[in-house]
Amino acid sequence: MVRCRRRLHSRMRLYPSLEILFMSKLRKVATASFRWGWFVLLVLLAFGYMVAGLSGNQLLRIDFRLDSQTVVARQVDSSAMPAVKNIEQTILPTVEKINADRNQRLNRLGLECSQPSDWLTVCRRLSLALVGNGLSLEEIRTLEQIDESKRERMHLENLLQDQRFHHYWAERWSRFLVGTDGGQFIVYRRRRFRIWLAEVFAANQRYDQTVRELLTAEGLWTDKPQVNFLTATFDSNDGSADPIRLAARTSRVFLGLRIDCLQCHNDFLGNVNLGDAPDLREGMQQDFHQLAAFFSSAKTNGLQGVRDGEVDYSYKYLNDEKETDVEVGVPFLPGLLPVEGKPRARLAAWVTHPENLQAARAAVSHVWALMFGRAIGETVDNLPLDEPTHPMMDSLARDFVAHGFDLRRLIRVIAASEAFRADSRAEFEITPEHEQSFAVFPLVRLRPEQVAGAIIQAARIKTTDRESSFVLQLLTMTGTNDFVTQYGDIGEDEFNSDSITITQRLLMMNGKLLRELVESNPILNASKHVGMFAHDTPQTVELLYLSALNRFPTSSEKKHFVSRIDCSENTDEAIEDLFWVLLNSSELAWNH
Amino acid sequence: MLSKAQIFSKAQISRKTQIFRKAQAIPMSFTENPRYDHLCDHQVHFSRRTLLGAGGAGVMMSAIARRLAWADEQGVTDSARPKSVILLWLQGGPSQLETFDPHPGGIYGGDASAIKTSVKGMQISELLPQTAEQMHLASLIRSVTSKEGDHERAVYNIKTGYRPDPTLKHPSVGAVLCHADQGGADIPRHISIVPNGFPGRGGYLGAGYDAFKIYDPAQPVPDIRRSVPESRFEQRVADLYDVVESEFQRGRLRQLETTRTLHRTVTEGALRMMSSQQLDAFEVSSEPKEVLEAFGDSAFGRGVLAASRLIEVGARCVEVSLGGWDSHITNHSLQAAACENLDPALAALLKRLEERDLLDSTLVVCGGEFGRTPAINPAEGRDHWPHGFSVLLAGCGIRRAAVYGETAENPKLDSDKPIADVVDPVTVGDLHATILTALGVDYEEELETPIGRPMKRSEGKPIEAILDV
Repeated sequence: MVRCRRRLHSRMRLYPSLEILFMSKLRKVATASFRWGWFVLLVLLAFGYMVAGLSGNQLLRIDFRLDSQTVVARQVDSSAMPAVKNIEQTILPTVEKINADRNQRLNRLGLECSQPSDWLTVCRRLSLALVGNGLSLEEIRTLEQIDESKRERMHLENLLQDQRFHHYWAERWSRFLVGTDGGQFIVYRRRRFRIWLAEVFAANQRYDQTVRELLTAEGLWTDKPQVNFLTATFDSNDGSADPIRLAARTSRVFLGLRIDCLQCHNDFLGNVNLGDAPDLREGMQQDFHQLAAFFSSAKTNGLQGVRDGEVDYSYKYLNDEKETDVEVGVPFLPGLLPVEGKPRARLAAWVTHPENLQAARAAVSHVWALMFGRAIGETVDNLPLDEPTHPMMDSLARDFVAHGFDLRRLIRVIAASEAFRADSRAEFEITPEHEQSFAVFPLVRLRPEQVAGAIIQAARIKTTDRESSFVLQLLTMTGTNDFVTQYGDIGEDEFNSDSITITQRLLMMNGKLLRELVESNPILNASKHVGMFAHDTPQTVELLYLSALNRFPTSSEKKHFVSRIDCSENTDEAIEDLFWVLLNSSELAWNH
Repeated sequence: MLSKAQIFSKAQISRKTQIFRKAQAIPMSFTENPRYDHLCDHQVHFSRRTLLGAGGAGVMMSAIARRLAWADEQGVTDSARPKSVILLWLQGGPSQLETFDPHPGGIYGGDASAIKTSVKGMQISELLPQTAEQMHLASLIRSVTSKEGDHERAVYNIKTGYRPDPTLKHPSVGAVLCHADQGGADIPRHISIVPNGFPGRGGYLGAGYDAFKIYDPAQPVPDIRRSVPESRFEQRVADLYDVVESEFQRGRLRQLETTRTLHRTVTEGALRMMSSQQLDAFEVSSEPKEVLEAFGDSAFGRGVLAASRLIEVGARCVEVSLGGWDSHITNHSLQAAACENLDPALAALLKRLEERDLLDSTLVVCGGEFGRTPAINPAEGRDHWPHGFSVLLAGCGIRRAAVYGETAENPKLDSDKPIADVVDPVTVGDLHATILTALGVDYEEELETPIGRPMKRSEGKPIEAILDV
């Protein structure tokens, strides 16, 4: 080596130009290293970040023995159990009350009720309601570590702390609050609003506080995201808050009343009754426009955004010859409206007044609908004052007010109720009446986002959440968006259980997303992981059922598919076929 | 239902595959397949259509053969064909002044001059020379007015006939037509080609009436091809229904499938579509080169050609979208570029429908969500203008060579009375009532909405002056 170096130096002395050339190249390499080294390092770091989840959480640390005793990707926090127990104790009286309400009603109607569901089914319902997809195999195996009687509650508490819940509910509530229209309410504004709502849910902010912030929002939409509740209507009112649309929205979301028809005429069909019980009266045009008048005080003030101002609202009522100046007013319980204060603050105080039980019912109705996928009555946002409310609804509303408008408590109470935990199957013949009365858990078609979430989650062993790798999150997000676009977003009509369409079936049978999720992909897909690491074929079938449908196969199903896989000349293909079948089933696409 | 032993039997599978392959030329629906006998009571019948198809022995049926076959199955003659509508949707708001209502001598006329058409006394923009030669087949409404100047709200307004309403989502005209006429076809009857964000929706009639979306017909219809071989796909479907779906039904609502999920029914429709020869209608590449050229070498041109083929095989409403009309800057050049795509396709469509004797049963509607301001802005653009714009109608009993309504050559542009200069203003509701009347649908009939609110199909009045009675 030393000899070689000497030889090189001697040659360089002999050929000075070579030395210069060598030094020049060395300098270039050094310069390039300095110049581009940071970039290479950045790329390496980015790559490391993007695949971090894949290597750390997704694959290598998974115990691919995949049986219930050994697959533990996330350890159970046993210290959380006492807290769960305390929570259970605090909600118990309310749960017992609404169970009694349900049973009393069922007895009166002469309807039998079904037995409670198994824990996996209840946990799937919780996941669908709170994060918009089914359970991951990882979640199932984690829950299997604890006592069966505690699994549902533990799963619920985990979900309530999960960022997926905050973001999923933020999207759902965005639809209630600002709709799904585009127009002036462009993507960025909507995103700002949704992120703000996610923070609200993450902090478990009191519901009444959130309502007050929305109704009285002031400022720029960029700085105060809640002001987008108002800016969502700018497109129909020349860049200012549209009192008519806001009155319609407020009455539906916060009051649980559809009084939109009063915009144009008095109620002549007996559909809208307002005023105070027992002296209810027909709805008048004035009821709608007095509510709208509150929002005329939201003025757009250049760079300051929305600011409070004076009420300035006039309307030409049907059959009148000229416009009338309209004062603010509320359609029922006027005694609860503060006399003093800014107009929108007065409205917010009235909506969130503890004695305004109708407003609390509206909140309960929306939460109930998100939990079950269907309204407790006929519609989510119409709880007529002249019709008896469901006894469970009243009990829940009173509890909601009495316990500080705590949304998480409300969710816990509903989740623990017999209505939520009831089986969707029964030994007796189930009729639509059983479903309407919640004697059984109603079959509800999943929303497009839920279907996308369910099939994407089903294809992964581990939970796809914000701790997943960047790549996986990106795949999930783009996959979901593309899928929903093609599947057809049902917009604000969230709880109309439309039948499936040919487009949707084609997408499920032949679409790109499903094809990619089903195929034998050793990096990402459950079908391949299961095939690679399951002990035997029966376990393969079992794991695919758990991943896709969150249940164990029946003995006949297991026998059939074990035989199907064992008889196949190509095991990978047989597993893909089974996975395709499960993802294409009604069972995956419906909440049960 | 087959036993598991039968399902596992390779002999059984191969026999089924043979049956399926043998029947390729004979449309065999999912339920007609012996494997799926338990799903539906449909019976295999050798109609004239299947025989015609079989006669092709794997070769594509000719368009005429398909039409005859289809008509035979529907029990209709050409004169009694169910009516269809082709909507050429000009997304963004075409300028009336650069298309169907030029005022070259006016103060707001812009750079486009007017040319004569095949109708004496009728002039349209020089940017539509081929269309000008076919105007004897069409009516022009030059006085459409609305109250919506925002794209999304105006699209909703024009496509449904109603202004946006937070309480209700109204169906678009294609959904209304399909709802009124439940005639069957293997392919979806409401189709949107090259949709650009606002395809026709079923609204309160349900998602089942949403438009089926396809993109440039040069590309295959999305999700229509199996990703696995046929025998494997069939086995998947058999396992789905024989094993998993039957388990799901246990202990639940009686008639779960027919009263709630409709999973098998809709899957059957999807499978029928996948194997239907009517899919050929999407494949415009089979048309002669000169036909393709006549419609224009663009996604829109191919879409319009596909639309004319689709209505021949039973589609009831096909909308084809063309963007590029939102000319807030450099109005003339943008409108001219968009017209280059519109002109050959519209002219070729009218000509083709007339030549094939389809114009009596097909309504062509061409327009956008609003027009553009007469005044030209500092960026040489025109902005949104819902106070007097043009829509072209042709076919289905719409009077030929007619013009209805008028906008002023030099409008006063009084912001308090924006339509004061418009002669015979037509509301969007009127436009819908006219379209529905032409299609033979009772526009006044009330439909039940999910919230129990009865709703007329249209609240306007038909424009009698352009309807041939």
